[in-house]
Amino acid sequence: MTAAIELQDLRKSFGPTEIIRGVNLSIADGERHAIIGPNGAGKSTLFHLISGRYNVSGGTVSLHGENISNLPPYEIYRKGLSRSFQVTNIFPNMSVFENVRCGLMWVHDYKYSFWHLIDRQKELNERTAEVIEEIGLTSRQHIPAGVLTYAEQRALEIGIAAAGGADVIMLDEPTAGMSHSETDQAIALIRKITEGRTLVMVEHDMGVVFDLADRISVLVYGEIIASDTPENIRNSKAVQEAYLGAEAEE
Amino acid sequence: MSEITKTASPATARPLMKTLLPWIGFFILLLALPNIFSSNVGLYTMNLMGIFVIFALSYNMLLGQGGMLSFGHAVYFGLGGFMSVHFMNYIEDGDFTFPMYLIPIFGGLIGLVFGIIIGSFSTRRAGTVFAMISLGVGELMAASSLIFVAFFGGEEGVSGDRTTGPDLMGINFGQDIHIYYLIAGWVFVTVALMYLFSRTPAGRMANAVRDNAERAEFVGYSQRKVRFVSFCASGFFAGIAGGLFALNFEIVTEENLNALTSGTVLLMAYIGGVGFFIGPIVGAVIFTLLQSILSNYTDIWQLYVGILFVLTVMYVPQGLTGIFMMHTAAWRMRRVGSLILPYLRAGIPALAMLTGIAAFLETIHHMRSSVEGETAMSLMGVDFDSHSFVAWIVILALVVVGGYLTRSQLPQLKEAWEMANKPPAQREGAGS
Repeated sequence: MTAAIELQDLRKSFGPTEIIRGVNLSIADGERHAIIGPNGAGKSTLFHLISGRYNVSGGTVSLHGENISNLPPYEIYRKGLSRSFQVTNIFPNMSVFENVRCGLMWVHDYKYSFWHLIDRQKELNERTAEVIEEIGLTSRQHIPAGVLTYAEQRALEIGIAAAGGADVIMLDEPTAGMSHSETDQAIALIRKITEGRTLVMVEHDMGVVFDLADRISVLVYGEIIASDTPENIRNSKAVQEAYLGAEAEE
Repeated sequence: MSEITKTASPATARPLMKTLLPWIGFFILLLALPNIFSSNVGLYTMNLMGIFVIFALSYNMLLGQGGMLSFGHAVYFGLGGFMSVHFMNYIEDGDFTFPMYLIPIFGGLIGLVFGIIIGSFSTRRAGTVFAMISLGVGELMAASSLIFVAFFGGEEGVSGDRTTGPDLMGINFGQDIHIYYLIAGWVFVTVALMYLFSRTPAGRMANAVRDNAERAEFVGYSQRKVRFVSFCASGFFAGIAGGLFALNFEIVTEENLNALTSGTVLLMAYIGGVGFFIGPIVGAVIFTLLQSILSNYTDIWQLYVGILFVLTVMYVPQGLTGIFMMHTAAWRMRRVGSLILPYLRAGIPALAMLTGIAAFLETIHHMRSSVEGETAMSLMGVDFDSHSFVAWIVILALVVVGGYLTRSQLPQLKEAWEMANKPPAQREGAGS
């Protein structure tokens, strides 16, 4: 079986600075995989490389065995990889409902159609309502997304990313800045929405990581220093030194 | 703004009647207008309004719906006009037979073709790059129009005759009232089509790309293609407006595709409000009114339009439609009435101040441009001497006292506004 995501000697430089320094990583189909690491380790950069926001400087990214390095983001999305952002990245002037619907239009094969009236597309609108129900924003669906609370925007962010039914979902710090109860809700939501799919997430909250992930990779200064089960990561000396140690210094 | 209702009910739950009602009203209004304003000036103004309504709405497909600031939209309008007037001449010469009232189709097609050509490279980027390319293309076309005389007719333009060709049930559009109904028909159809476009996946994604182009790429859409589709549609409708212009005036000149016209459409859309579908309609109507009515009374009407534009940009970026829409919350809570008095109390002095400013501008203008020695002038029925001391005292008093009183009323206006918009929960019980 081919891996959902396979990174081979992936590299990224900004000018003379190499941020990602030869990452090799294989994420199996259906796995919930967390990437952790100290600030500035390159976690978000790695996400941007996989999802097509940045071009790679070297190495390859494969999705289900197909090389997707340097494809534009929309091509990668169409191949079944969808992501959320660390900084909330929604359509602020459009309603919550429309935000989610935008995440569904391509997979419902509407493409750039100007001959379908959007409000008449029963299946699309019903599916949108379902997703909104799942992310718990049904009562807020008509208001502009820009005026939602922070936690609601995070939920919407996940909703847009997951709506299209992509089989690989990447979440960049989905619980950043949330309170405890909000985090619990977010975890439940992530668990529900990624059922039967591959999940890759960057997360700072170790509670969330050990709760959700099947496997964890530790990224330090652009290199993966360990990739293993939560149990082994927790007990790994190298990880404790490099990561938890670095954390203590801050 | 979404019309979708509750989760359980299907998307079509919004009653058809409620959707159609504004359109029926619009249709009746278009039919009724010439009976209310039946004078020649009225018809002339309304014809121009209709053309500008289509043009401004097509512009807003770029600016308001798609987030593309264009400084060269007149290109598609002008080319549509030139193409149409040439076809009018072919019909007149008997080269081929085609009903004159469908001529704007050719304008639309040429607008579409040029939309495809120019859009293929200009929509690559939004923002400044797009704006600069549009400016460049606009200048290029304006320059070409004086070079390619065979097509653009040089400085005197190209003229035609709309009364030839097969007529429509005996109507040959020789009279202004006929051309009014022709334009009204086109306005109704194109406004409906442009509205429907905004309700399609392409139209929705145009909004999404405007809001957040990057995110749109992560839900499967190429921002460039989304912009391209809007751009082509916009060119098409601008071309139709140009075709109607050709039919209405029977002459198209270089001025119709130069930067002045591009600026005019930007003003219309912005003053009306780019964030609302009807914004550009309001803007086109108001601009045309200012242009054709104000220009009868004053030579410096363009200065007033300019001031209006600057004030809109500075204080009400949502446009005039936005001012009305701001009141929807208060309207729903039935509290608009409580705002009338504060508005009057601030509005009357403000009006005095504006009158003073206008009088100041007019008097200065009169002093500069009138015949040497002529000092008598008339403003709004008041005759006075532009060099007299009293006149200047009155003007100054209007500005200063009006300004002072307006300012003094602002705090209580603000308070009244906040009261009117306070969520109902704070007053009594739970809101809807």
